[in-house]
Amino acid sequence: MPVVDLAQTSRRDLNSRLHALAQDTNETLWRIENPDGRHALAAGLDAPITVMIAGHVGYYCAGMNKQASVVVEGNAGVGVAENMMSGTVHVKGDASQSAGATAHGGLLVIDGNASARCGISMKGVNIVVKGSIGPMSAFMAQSGALVVLGDAGDSLGDSIYEAKLYVRGEVKSLGADCVEQTLDEEHRAQLRALLDAAGLNGEVKVEEFKRYGSARTLYNFHVDNAAAY
Amino acid sequence: MCGIVGLFLKDRSLEPQLGALLGGMMEVMTDRGPDSAGFAIYGDGAPGRVKLTVRGSGLWGVAQALSVAVDSIVEGVLRDTHLVLSLPAEQEDAVRAWLALNRPDLAVVGAGRRIELYKEVGLPAEVSARFGLPGMSGTHGIGHTRMATESAVTTDGAHPFSTGADQCLVHNGSLSNHRSVRRVLEPKGVKFATDNDSEVAAGYLTWKLREGASLAEALEASLDDLDGFFTFVVGTENGFAVLRDPISCKPAVMAETDRYVAFGSEYRALVGLPGIGGARVFEPEPAHVYAWERG
Repeated sequence: MPVVDLAQTSRRDLNSRLHALAQDTNETLWRIENPDGRHALAAGLDAPITVMIAGHVGYYCAGMNKQASVVVEGNAGVGVAENMMSGTVHVKGDASQSAGATAHGGLLVIDGNASARCGISMKGVNIVVKGSIGPMSAFMAQSGALVVLGDAGDSLGDSIYEAKLYVRGEVKSLGADCVEQTLDEEHRAQLRALLDAAGLNGEVKVEEFKRYGSARTLYNFHVDNAAAY
Repeated sequence: MCGIVGLFLKDRSLEPQLGALLGGMMEVMTDRGPDSAGFAIYGDGAPGRVKLTVRGSGLWGVAQALSVAVDSIVEGVLRDTHLVLSLPAEQEDAVRAWLALNRPDLAVVGAGRRIELYKEVGLPAEVSARFGLPGMSGTHGIGHTRMATESAVTTDGAHPFSTGADQCLVHNGSLSNHRSVRRVLEPKGVKFATDNDSEVAAGYLTWKLREGASLAEALEASLDDLDGFFTFVVGTENGFAVLRDPISCKPAVMAETDRYVAFGSEYRALVGLPGIGGARVFEPEPAHVYAWERG
């Protein structure tokens, strides 16, 4: 197993080595030591490997991830897994703002809390937060699912398109055009699958969640609003 | 952009290391603010005396001239472009009057029982070394690395800002209603030395504190009255506080242990602190006042 100590090796060297890996590489498990909050660690990966990062990371960790599994054994700074395409990112601590922003695919699991704008403009990613999320989360979320075991801050799902939001705790307020919707069997099945994927096999009851989504009133221009422009 | 750092010690045995720890934190924040840097340190204070931090050139002999002029012992410690004067509290007005009349080229940038305030244009490491920050001790300190956006790269535009005794503020962000807040504060006697938006935030808190508010109450009120983007870190003689705007536009990370409370724009700035591996590391919530007071 390659071990890279960032106290000795530059972040650029590390990322270059990870980017150079072939699809059929045998070096499938990497360990990164002394991340010390550095930015853009393990960003832009595109190989079926696992990268374990031993500590807190800075901004944009595992950004643009494809295929890889990235595990952060600490907190993550702004924009963890932003624009992820596939693969998984697992943050064992808290995540700062804009976790999973604009991500198209893959699974982002956050064991702690995520702060403001979690899942902003998400485009197909699945996000499971075991703690709570901050204000303005899932703003303009387009598709994918956001599962929150704790509470959600102000303006959840403002101007949301077709993403599905599942929150077990309190929602401080809903954003424009975001409404509570029924939790049907198809949603319970999706929720169960996501909780399982996040390693919560049977620990959490899907019936305890509420589902939120778009009322679709912002999709088309409404002539009554003409005077507002 | 800007980087801000703050360190508030609970464990007295760390006090001799305050400057070294704060300087290290500031240096890490160089790439958030390479234009200029500044810091406030809350060090020793003597009963009945005040400290004035004076900035300018030709500082040799100022303390001696003041001693003669006000007929009291005025001590001076010269650090590069800054001179910290220690004088009897009752002579503060006389000393300020003498400086205004005889040395109008000098600026009084900080005043209080314990505060010393230094700032200059240049890389944070250079600014720290010029003033000998690593050798300074104290109970708490606040630092700033500036990437100018709203006003020119000058020493006047560097942080921290101090508009009241033993008070200082550093700011990451920009305020949009600073002109109108300033017009409200000036008739109330709050004085400003620059056109900087952050100085208005400092002046606002000075006014609230003067009106009897606690540091936490003053910051709470600022959420209603200040408009714009901000993360503030504020120091008073015995207090240390943090506030972010309601949409948490600017980054912030905090760490708390039994020995200290630390603030950084990014976690990287906190990595060099003792025992950081075991600290409670958290992101301060938007529009929530975090305040600590020394007993």
